Amino acid sequence: MHPFTFFKAKDQQSAVQAITGKSTSKFVAGGTNLIDLLKMNIESPQQLVDINALDLKKIEPMANGNVRIGALVKNTDLAYDATISSRYPMLSQAILSGASPQLRNMATTGGNILQRTRCPYFWDKVMPCNKREPGSGCSAIVGYNRSNAILGTSSQCIATHPSDMCVALAALDATVHVQSATGERNIPFSDFHTLPGNTPEKENTLQPGEMITYIEIPAIPFASHSTYLKVRDRASYEFALSSAAVALDMNSDTIQAARLALGGIATKPWRATAAEQFLVGKKATVATYQAAADIALKDAKPFTYNAFKIELAKRTIISALQNIGG
Amino acid sequence: MVFIRQYLSHLLSLQTNIMETNEEKDFISHQANNSSRRDFLFQASTLSVGLAVASTLKAKGMPIDKFDVAQPGAITISLTVNGKKKTLELDPRVTLLDALRETMKMPGTKKGCDRGQCGACTVLVDGRRINSCLTLVAMCDGAEVTTIEGLGTEDRLHPMQEAFLKHDAFQCGYCTPGQICSAVGMLQEGHIKNDMDIKELMSGNLCRCGAYQNILDAIKEVQHSI
Repeated sequence: MHPFTFFKAKDQQSAVQAITGKSTSKFVAGGTNLIDLLKMNIESPQQLVDINALDLKKIEPMANGNVRIGALVKNTDLAYDATISSRYPMLSQAILSGASPQLRNMATTGGNILQRTRCPYFWDKVMPCNKREPGSGCSAIVGYNRSNAILGTSSQCIATHPSDMCVALAALDATVHVQSATGERNIPFSDFHTLPGNTPEKENTLQPGEMITYIEIPAIPFASHSTYLKVRDRASYEFALSSAAVALDMNSDTIQAARLALGGIATKPWRATAAEQFLVGKKATVATYQAAADIALKDAKPFTYNAFKIELAKRTIISALQNIGG
Repeated sequence: MVFIRQYLSHLLSLQTNIMETNEEKDFISHQANNSSRRDFLFQASTLSVGLAVASTLKAKGMPIDKFDVAQPGAITISLTVNGKKKTLELDPRVTLLDALRETMKMPGTKKGCDRGQCGACTVLVDGRRINSCLTLVAMCDGAEVTTIEGLGTEDRLHPMQEAFLKHDAFQCGYCTPGQICSAVGMLQEGHIKNDMDIKELMSGNLCRCGAYQNILDAIKEVQHSI
């Protein structure tokens, strides 16, 4: 680890002030991703601002039916919260499928959406990586890319976004609230993470000096009829090869509304909008699900070692839809 | 020779000052007696390195004892470990794991992967099980930490430790402190409905010896009585 100074912020104002105008200062909350990155010298902030004392730890149902989640709510607490697990079971299941109990006890809502890729070449400083060192090349495109993405890739980067929680938040149309020294703004979840394009080093639309304060989930009555399915080499404590968050609004055996988001296969949490639109008005049958899965993976681009993910992702979608829709 | 030892001790173990009460001194000295072989090996191996480094420093005209001063940006942290208050002054980069093992000379908590991927470093902080390898001790100011040393003693084992012995729930023993702390933390979390839940909720602790079945049996023995 490169040396850094450590500042423990007492409140939101002092926290934001500590990073305003200081591009080499970073917040630390749970530390489960950041400390890992520091140990490998992938990131080298000159100052760490500890925000664990801030009052951003509540899960608050709001009058309009939305739920507002503080950025410092632990993943464990969010998953087991009664409101969340009854209104948005896909979110609870997604969080509980990720990492380990110890890591979930440490990790926070804000940190989870900021977590960085697990692409092995990103983590290996010997290997060229455009995300880590812009312009150096992408080792994964020509290398061992079994865990890499098949959607949202570019000629510069095919790194998978690893979060499970984010897949559910994408399906639920969450909003990210951020605060800076000059004010607050809201970022729709679909706009928060960026595609690699020609700038894979940029992963989200946070501006310098901004701190995530809350994630807000809108009221979606049929989200109580949802699930998260994660497929991976091991039964637990491993990232997804393919995952799907689905919610279905059923009227007898006809689908009235649907949410579908995919993980483990894309460079950002992937909302399958076209597949959702296809499902509306259709009968809940395997044939319908198969057609929806084909639409969702239509633009998938395979690489040497991850072509299997196209079929795997389709079957994941179909299984998840069967679990919910019958 | 004393200067060399001090310098190397500082450099290699990131250790600076620990303020202790008389009670804590007893605790630390007890640990030190148990670590005497570790200390001897450490000192013996660093001595030869020290001679070479010292002569280099001398050649450059650098006063050797200057390195006892804490790094710029050093922080002071107070935390309670196994019921005893500790005040540490150290480099902000020190993880809780290294602070426990190296600074506070409590090597019961193990370093398996140092990356949050094995669970060997599991301890309880403010009642919750966490991976101490991915936590900076700087983030634990004011926290209450329980390590394997704090769960039980040779004369008075924790029921979970007794269960692990009874069911032969370890082979090499390296993952075991993490397994036990994790299991104790898991029972306090209260989310177990069946055996599958135990397996799933203990999945953050890897065991390369494969003692999993016996670990499950040990946990089941005490899950309703702790």
